[in-house]
Amino acid sequence: MSDAANLTAILLTVKLATVVTILLLLIGTPIAWWLAHTRSWLKPPIEAIVALPIVLPPSVLGFYLLVAMGPNGPVGQFTQSLGLGTLPFTFTGLVVASLFYSLPFVVQPIQNAFAAINPGLLEAAATLRARPWDRFFTVALPLARPGFITATVLGFAHTVGEFGVVLMVGGNIPGQTRVVSVQIYDHVEAMEYGLAHELALILMGFSFVTLLVLYAFNRRVVAFGS
Amino acid sequence: MNGSANALSARFRHRYPAFSLDVDVRLPMRGVTALFGPSGSGKTTLLRLIAGLEKAADGQLTVGDAVWQDAGTFMPPHERPLGYVFQDARLFPHLDVRRNLEYGLQRIPAAARQVSLDEVVELLGIGPLMQRKPERLSGGERQRVAIARALAVSPRLLLLDEPLAALDQARKQEVLPYLERLHDSLEIPVLYVSHAIEEVARLADHLLLLEAGQVVAAGAPAELMARVDLPLAQGNEAGALIEATVSGHDEAYQLTEVTFSGGRLSLARQAAAIGQRVRVRVLARDVSLTLAPQTGTSIINILPARVVSIATTSPGQSVIGLDLGGTAVLARVTHKSVAALGLKPGLDVHAQIKGVAILK
Repeated sequence: MSDAANLTAILLTVKLATVVTILLLLIGTPIAWWLAHTRSWLKPPIEAIVALPIVLPPSVLGFYLLVAMGPNGPVGQFTQSLGLGTLPFTFTGLVVASLFYSLPFVVQPIQNAFAAINPGLLEAAATLRARPWDRFFTVALPLARPGFITATVLGFAHTVGEFGVVLMVGGNIPGQTRVVSVQIYDHVEAMEYGLAHELALILMGFSFVTLLVLYAFNRRVVAFGS
Repeated sequence: MNGSANALSARFRHRYPAFSLDVDVRLPMRGVTALFGPSGSGKTTLLRLIAGLEKAADGQLTVGDAVWQDAGTFMPPHERPLGYVFQDARLFPHLDVRRNLEYGLQRIPAAARQVSLDEVVELLGIGPLMQRKPERLSGGERQRVAIARALAVSPRLLLLDEPLAALDQARKQEVLPYLERLHDSLEIPVLYVSHAIEEVARLADHLLLLEAGQVVAAGAPAELMARVDLPLAQGNEAGALIEATVSGHDEAYQLTEVTFSGGRLSLARQAAAIGQRVRVRVLARDVSLTLAPQTGTSIINILPARVVSIATTSPGQSVIGLDLGGTAVLARVTHKSVAALGLKPGLDVHAQIKGVAILK
């Protein structure tokens, strides 16, 4: 083991978290919009499914994803039929697993932000000739901005901090699936406490600064809004 | 002139959880039409249906020559050439006043622009507010910006939903003159929802009375306000609306004299010019009746009148419809007085008018 391996793990983690956060903002926004506005009976079950990763042990989530994406699972059969092979123990598999794992941390802040918007403002925009998409982009999105910032930060940080799901689905392949949290685990197993310290400290510092900035920002938003 | 090109005809039938609305009206596409009624009478719902913010199960709406809704058509609100001012202003909190005003303006084709931003800003007197965020505006300023924003889209029809209801008395008096300016300087037809009779008396050219989701009466405000059979004649604020002309000033006693078809009325000195048309309001509770003209009274306005109609408003109280040389006026008297004076339609009396308010 060396610092080069640590660097590889850090770069991989940043890449994973970035890809997952961008995809989650794209997937999570329509889900959040739907949850914030629907009166369908489907809302509670969908909300419960989205929130599951918050309470489920990561190993349970990882186990089901591993089975589903494996050669005999429905997702695995589908990816094989497309000639893509199977997803477990690949970077793509890790991305897919992380999408589920971090979904609630992105959907919930955006949903709350959408729900807090006075629907009367969208009506006002309609009477000012704005079409539905126009109203969404020029009124709903700007007003939900604090929710999007919270969602981006939490989605990124939570993906950086995952361990159990990675171990189940991704395994431990350098440069492909060996993220920082797994690398730390390896260092400890190998009694390389110095190298473990290095990464643990970076992760600790990153998480603290992220949350600090987020809470400071939210306080400012609340102070302005009131 | 083709009548339908200058009218709005609306027929809506819809059941809501709390009440059902059933209206079939034809409104003029000029001047200010007030939709008046108590809370829950359906006046705001009717306005929202006209704007397309709500959709009636059974509806037909034609504005001028354009069909906005019928069995097979529903034009969405963003395609309707209207301006809407909400009771709570609904300015976009993330945009300053200028960008709030530009929001609608930018979304209409240049060819459809009939008013410039500068004109609208000037009309509503909001020039000094342009850089401010809505959170730093007073209630009255917000409402003026909201009116300007609605006008900036050059609407063919302006809908105002109780724009003064959320304001205190002082703020109301701040915004009302701007609404009157609007009335005097723009050609845009206005539908004005209100439950304040004073606003209706000041602004309306046409009046639609609603109650429990139904149209009770429609017509000229002065006519409807003088009818004893309508709910308007029931309340404490019941009274007649008189179109009059300023005919003289009495500098010694600081009085202004106005002339109308029923005679002359004196009131406290006004800043109005001689010859100016004014609206005068005479409340029913300020009018008393005598059989012979009184002398030795402090009341200076005593005019001959004829009893036209009588209705009971509350236990022991009647409202009397009077004809003053062609102008209708109401008087509130007790049942006891009706009996004592032998009041009945056709009887000639004298109306003693204690209070006269000039509206504009």
